[in-house]
Formats: sequence, structure tokens, C-alpha cells
Amino acid sequence: MVRYIIRRLLQLIPVFFGTTFLIYYLVWRLPGDPFAAMCGDRGCPPAYVATMRAKFNMDDPILIQYFKYLGKLVQGDFGTTYQGLSVGKQMAMAYPTTVKLAVIALLIEALIGIAAGMYTGLKGGGFLDNLVLISTLFLISLPVFVTGFVLQIVFGFQLGIIDVTVPPSAPIGSLIAPAFALASLSMAYVTRLTRASILENKRADYVRTAVAKGLKPNRVVGVHLLRNSVIPVLTFLGTDLGALMGGAIVTEGIFNIKGIGNLVYRAIFFKESVTVVGVVTLLVVVYLLMNLLVDLLYAVLDPRIRYE
Amino acid sequence: MTTTNEGQGPLLEVRDLHVEFHTRDGIARVLNGVSFSVDVGETLAVLGESGSGKSVTAQTIMGILDMPPGKITKGEIFFRGKDMLKMSEEERRGIRASGIAMIFQDALSALNPVFTVGFQIAEQLRLRRGMNKKDALKRAVELLDLVKIPNAAGRVKQYPHEFSGGMRQRAMIAMSLALDPEVLIADEPTTALDVTVQAQIMDLLAELRRERNMGMILITHDLGVVADVADRIAVMYAGRIVEHADVFSLYRQPCHPYTAALLESMPRLDLKGQELATIKGLPPNLLRPPSGCPFHPRCRMAVDQCVAEVPQLITLGMDRLSRCFRAEEMITNG
Repeated sequence: MVRYIIRRLLQLIPVFFGTTFLIYYLVWRLPGDPFAAMCGDRGCPPAYVATMRAKFNMDDPILIQYFKYLGKLVQGDFGTTYQGLSVGKQMAMAYPTTVKLAVIALLIEALIGIAAGMYTGLKGGGFLDNLVLISTLFLISLPVFVTGFVLQIVFGFQLGIIDVTVPPSAPIGSLIAPAFALASLSMAYVTRLTRASILENKRADYVRTAVAKGLKPNRVVGVHLLRNSVIPVLTFLGTDLGALMGGAIVTEGIFNIKGIGNLVYRAIFFKESVTVVGVVTLLVVVYLLMNLLVDLLYAVLDPRIRYE
Repeated sequence: MTTTNEGQGPLLEVRDLHVEFHTRDGIARVLNGVSFSVDVGETLAVLGESGSGKSVTAQTIMGILDMPPGKITKGEIFFRGKDMLKMSEEERRGIRASGIAMIFQDALSALNPVFTVGFQIAEQLRLRRGMNKKDALKRAVELLDLVKIPNAAGRVKQYPHEFSGGMRQRAMIAMSLALDPEVLIADEPTTALDVTVQAQIMDLLAELRRERNMGMILITHDLGVVADVADRIAVMYAGRIVEHADVFSLYRQPCHPYTAALLESMPRLDLKGQELATIKGLPPNLLRPPSGCPFHPRCRMAVDQCVAEVPQLITLGMDRLSRCFRAEEMITNG
């Protein structure tokens, strides 16, 4: 197990270099000089352009630029924007909000999804089963900007139950509605995945053995059936948390949440290359670590899996 | 563990059991009036091909038949003189594992893959006997030791997939013995194992039955397996018992053409080099069973009467039953 973890961590290194170089290359090789258009119609003075180009190492070959950037990065310096703002500080401001939103969304999709999936999987057929199947299909086919706007208009404007936009401090109460919008798609998947998994396992021989042992129905379902059925669901949830940690550009946009998605969106829009590269680098690392965590979780849940 | 039965008849008695399966293609009558009994310290072998209804019989007794599609349409199952089919689910649960326990064919799928063997044995002791975790696990080690698993104390912490096939079946047996059952149902306990291991498991089962004086129902399709272990044999075909006799009489003089054909199709050392006899044809489709005796299309002794009527079980002396019109003829000509 320890050797597996070390091997996986070593694998992170080439992936890290590959993805960060790719994003660095793509962002800095965008056509057009980022400083040419900065000073309005007349253009910037040549002295200013030259200073800025030197500051961001733009006259070096791209590979050298990249390694100079990495050199600062390993010291914890994400660089500054063209206006001189610290990218590290920007991310430190935005990321807690994104993490809060991601965790709330994960809780919503896990709790509601697993409960609904278990109920319908155990009962099977009938009105509620069909209702859940149709409503999950409905949620799966709805894009998040529709869900988000509908929640905002109905519960925010018309009923006035929720905040229409999230204040900068992003209190948890105000994040629930956006988290719902963000989680709706995955919630539907989790429901269907749990339902299918329960249906598949409930006729398994070991469930029959558990009944033959004279265990109470609650024990048979709650321990023997559930433990086996949640394996694929928890794996999905783990991967999804990795995706949620990457921020939600659309949801954050609708509810005006100052998260990491919002930050990267604005950075792309204003061609703030340093911010884009910084955020993406952080997200790559987070995503890789989350994936590693999911693989380890899988080994804990299913003893048949051994990483050697 | 030796228990008297207050003169209420046998320990476990199945009477006229009818079970049908409701499938998309129609109703399959899988059990059509099965009756037998098992007493303390006795081994009954239920013999039959796949689809003859032997496993369904076992599942119905345990109350683990999938319903739907299964449905019990008629019959009674008495345990200690009480009809289990009339009991509440909670009452039946109390009998499972402590009154009647079951060993399954494929121990790999019958054991839960995500829990250790020790956990799965100790679970019953904790939840049904109120033992604490430590004592229950200690008892689990003893049980693994009892079924002759080497290094039981280490094995108890392992998962089912870390056991070999034979060891897994031993663990399954240990698990079934945890609550000291009075009747043990073994549903093809050796089918998934190779021949040398089969013999070891059968010996173990016979020994445990003797030591604990349990009643045992041994379900199998293998005539070779039952000869040494069983006291009586019930041969099943298409959801009915077609012949019922003590082992000795059955092997010496079968009274049903199906049993006779089964015995002939066993490989024998003295007939080495000769072609093995087989039973031609396939077991009947239970959705559309043949008229009359279900065995008649494959029977070499069939007469017109077999196509027209269903034969009833006829008694042929001491505890011998056959469901064949020509049973008496077979005895006199045998």
C-alpha cells in the first residue's frame, strides 16, 4: 500500500509538468501582445511595453519562460497580475468560497442521491420509483444555467426565500441554493447509480446468506447490502468532489459568488495570463490529489482490491 | 445438542409442498407436491438433475425463496411440530441458523466479499446470542478450528477471497454451525470443488453430523457423493419425488426407471473401457410439462398409461416409495 502511494505520487510529477507546461504555452502564445492594447487607442509607450515584456520574461524562449515561472512557483510565488496584484492572494481569497460551495454541493448530492436511490432500489417499481426515475432524467437533461436561473428567479425574486446574489463573505446559508443548482446533475446520477447498484446486489447470494443467518432485515440491508452497493457510488462522489473543487464558472456567475471559477473566468476575459496559469496549476494539483484519494478510498472499501 | 421431540413426529417434515414461479413466459410449476421428513441424527439425500426443484425445496424451507417470482401455493413445513409457513416473519427468523442452518453451493458468492470471515461468523453470535465482540471472535476461531482450518486464529482476520475453494467451503460450514442448528441443509456443498477436496468436505460433514447428532438434508446431483453419507435418498424429477428409499435398497434395487438410469450412468471401475450409459433427452420444460408422467419421453419402460395419467406415489414395503406404474414389476423382475 505505501509503495503504491509513493508510486502514485511519483506519477504526479510528469502529469504536473505536462499539464502546466501545456497551459502555460497555450496562455502565453495567444496571438496578440497583451500590453499593446492596454493603454487605449493610442497604444502604450514603447518604454512601458519593453519594461513589462522584461518583467514577464516575454523575450525569452517559451521553455525558459516556463522554467523561470516554475522556479518562482516552487517558492510559493504565483507571480503578479499586470496591475501588480498578487495572484497567490487572489486565489487565497477565492478558494475558501469554492471549497465551501463544493462541500455543500457534495453533501446535497450524497444525502439526497443515496437516500432516494436506496429507497427506490429496495422498493422497485411503483409510483415513487417512476417519479424518481423521471425527475432524475429531467435533472440530467437540464443545463445548470437553467436550474440556477430558475432557482434564483423563483426562490430569490418571487418567493424571497433565498439571497438573489451571494454576499462577498459567502455565509453558508446563502450558498445552499447555488449548491443545489450545482449538485442537481450529480444528484440525479448518484440516485440512479445507487438504485442500480442496490437492485443488482439485493439478489446476491451473500444477501441470501445474511437472511439465512437469521439477521434482522435492517441489518441485512443496512450492513450487508449497503456496504457492497455504495462502493461505486462513493467512487463517483470522490471524483465529483475533485470536479467541484475546480470551481463552477456558470453557477458562480449566476449567483455572483467570488469563487475560483469566477476568478479564472475574469482572468481569461481580461487576458490575465499569470492568473490563468496560477489557477489552473492549483486546480491540476487538487484534481490529481483527489483522484489519488479516490483510488485509496476504493481499496479501503473493497478488500479484494490490492495495489501491489 | 441431542434433542428429543416430545413425540410430535419428525424434527423437520415437509408435506405436499407446491411452489410455482411466475415468469414472463407463464407459470412454471417447480414443486408439485414434495413430501419428506428428517429426524434427529439422520441424513436425507435429495438427488436430482438441475431444475428438478431440489434447491427450491431447500430455499423454501429456509424462507429465502425470492418471492416474487416464487410463490408457495400449497403445503406445510413442520419444524418441531409447528408449521413454519404459518409463522410470522420474526418467528421464522428465530429458527434460521439456530434451528435450521444452510450451507450454499458456491461459498465465494455466498460469503460477503467485504467482510472478514471472522466478522461474518461472529456476527450471528453477537446479534443472536448477545456475545461481545471479543468472545464472539474467540468462538469464531474455535469454529474454524472445528472444521479443520489450519491457523484458525490468523485465518479469522482474512477475507473470503484470501481462502482457497475448499477452505472457503469449510468456513461456510463453520458459519452454519455457529448457532448449533438442529437441522443442516447442505445445498450441493461440493459441486464447486475438485474431487479430492469434495471427499474431504463430505467426510467433514458426516463427522460433524455424527458428533452433533444433527438432522441433515444433503442436496446433490452426484450419486457417488451420497452413498457413504446418507441414510435415505429422495430422488426428484420435475418437482416431484419419484423415488424414496433407504440407501442400501435404492442402490441394490431401484424402483423407478429414472433412478435406474441414473445408477447406470455412473462410471464404474468394473466396466472400464465401455461406453458410459446416458439418459437421453433433456429435463422437461416446466412451463410446458409433458402429459402424464413427466419422465415418460425419456423413459425406456414407458407404456401408454404413462402418457395419459400422472402416477401417484405407491408404497412398496418398508419406507419405500416410487412414482411409477411399473414399480412392482421392476422389483419382481430385478
